Amino acid sequence: MKEAETIVQVENLSVGYGKTVILENINFSVKSGEIFGILGGSGVGKSTLLKHIIGLYPPLKGDIKIFGCSMVNCPDWKKDELMRRFGVTYQGGALFGSMTVGENVSLPLETYTDLTKDEIAERVRKKLALVDLQGTEELMPAELSGGMKKRAGLARAMALDPSLLFFDEPSAGLDPITSVELDRLLLRLRNKFGTTIVIVSHELPSIFETTDTVIMLDKNTKTIAAEGDPKELRVNSPSPWVHHFLNREENDAPDDNLKNMKQEFSYASGK
Amino acid sequence: MEKSAAPNPIVDMFDKIGKAADVIAADFYFFVCFLGEFAVAVKQIIRHPRKLRLKDMLYYLDMCGSQAMPIVLCICYLMGVILGFQFALQARKVGAEIYVADGVGFSILKELGPFMVAIICTGRAGSAFAAEIGTMKVNEEISALQTMGFSPVGFLVVPKLLAMLIATPLLIVFGDFAGLAGGFTVGITMMGLTPVSYIDRSLEVLLPSTMAMGVLKGLVFATIIALIGCMRGFQSKSDAQGVGRATTSAVVSSIFLIVVADAVLTRLYTLWGY
Repeated sequence: MKEAETIVQVENLSVGYGKTVILENINFSVKSGEIFGILGGSGVGKSTLLKHIIGLYPPLKGDIKIFGCSMVNCPDWKKDELMRRFGVTYQGGALFGSMTVGENVSLPLETYTDLTKDEIAERVRKKLALVDLQGTEELMPAELSGGMKKRAGLARAMALDPSLLFFDEPSAGLDPITSVELDRLLLRLRNKFGTTIVIVSHELPSIFETTDTVIMLDKNTKTIAAEGDPKELRVNSPSPWVHHFLNREENDAPDDNLKNMKQEFSYASGK
Repeated sequence: MEKSAAPNPIVDMFDKIGKAADVIAADFYFFVCFLGEFAVAVKQIIRHPRKLRLKDMLYYLDMCGSQAMPIVLCICYLMGVILGFQFALQARKVGAEIYVADGVGFSILKELGPFMVAIICTGRAGSAFAAEIGTMKVNEEISALQTMGFSPVGFLVVPKLLAMLIATPLLIVFGDFAGLAGGFTVGITMMGLTPVSYIDRSLEVLLPSTMAMGVLKGLVFATIIALIGCMRGFQSKSDAQGVGRATTSAVVSSIFLIVVADAVLTRLYTLWGY
């Protein structure tokens, strides 16, 4: 059987801001048609890692290859070209507030394709229908709920039919029903169009529902603590921390940050 | 426990100077990078004019131009009245009432018209640009633009700058006429001048080039306001306080640079004999 093509390859990556290293020695690959999760506690650097992968920030060390092309060592024009081949949805949707929902979705089509106005309108209508937002073309982003904004952001990310999508906390702030609907949408995208999806999240139900493979980031070691099928890791992980995290259990051995926080609290309260 | 050393005021002063220099150097570095990105964006738009967001430009033209017109006319008219009073008081001492037209005309057309319009535009447009871009940064809209392969500078700055380059000179022309009208009001009501004599004197001494000099200043001021406003927006930290600071900084930096540019241009004009 032919092995699936590698779509995203992260090699020896260290990320951070200035002299602050947030994560180091990160290695993983995402195969074609896979739903891949980046997991970890709050503040571990999941979103930061994603922002480095999609080329918003230069890494401190290492390389990121998307569709076989380096995002780190390529000229700006090549990077822009690569960026157009994948879509990104952000935590809050990141819709442009001065444009209607329809204009948001049509923006990449108007800029990067030679489609006529009618063809663009039809494509916008279809993309919005795909995310259950029919008839919202003329609404302003401020008129949408949080979940609708995320879905509209997804419609915009899918406008150019990318074969790779990145999601930053897709379920954060959504009610359980909307969250399940979004999970089903992701699965539908993968199953119907073969889209490769990378999700950054700490919403365990969504992770178990959607992802094939996850990496778990550890705040203390600043690197990957575990990698594999989340359902297997939940049962078989040798790491107690990973086991606690995936089973939503209280950690018996609190991490250093928690210890420090407790210590600071006891100083502040004079205990 | 070891006692901490007493603060040395001289060391402290040098420390503060060093930190301030560091901030200024970082600011300058950012400005140079921003100008570089802006130049690339302009080049791309010249090569592919379709990339220019014409709709956005028209929006900003309305916001910075037509919406600012009432306040510009009002302030410039009052400025003309104030100048008229001041010149009238001095001119009356030497019986040279007619020179009120000269004083108000030159002051408004060469200095105060462009300057007042620039200050109004800084308060209205420069601060709005910084707040808008800063808020877009908070909402990750700038990141979204980048990942869609757009240059945020080309997408956001160029339409604003073009709108300002069109709106500011027009506002200056209208503001100049409002200022002249203010001087005219004082001339005929306080100084006992006839409307015809005031207008004749104004037409005699004020040349089209006098107004053109002020309008030319307006182009420089418009560039400063748009670029500094947008740059401060991009420099904004991704929180509400950061946006507030960026907006304040946009106004303060723009006014400072406008005054510096005004001084330089005035000196150049005098060297060229205007």
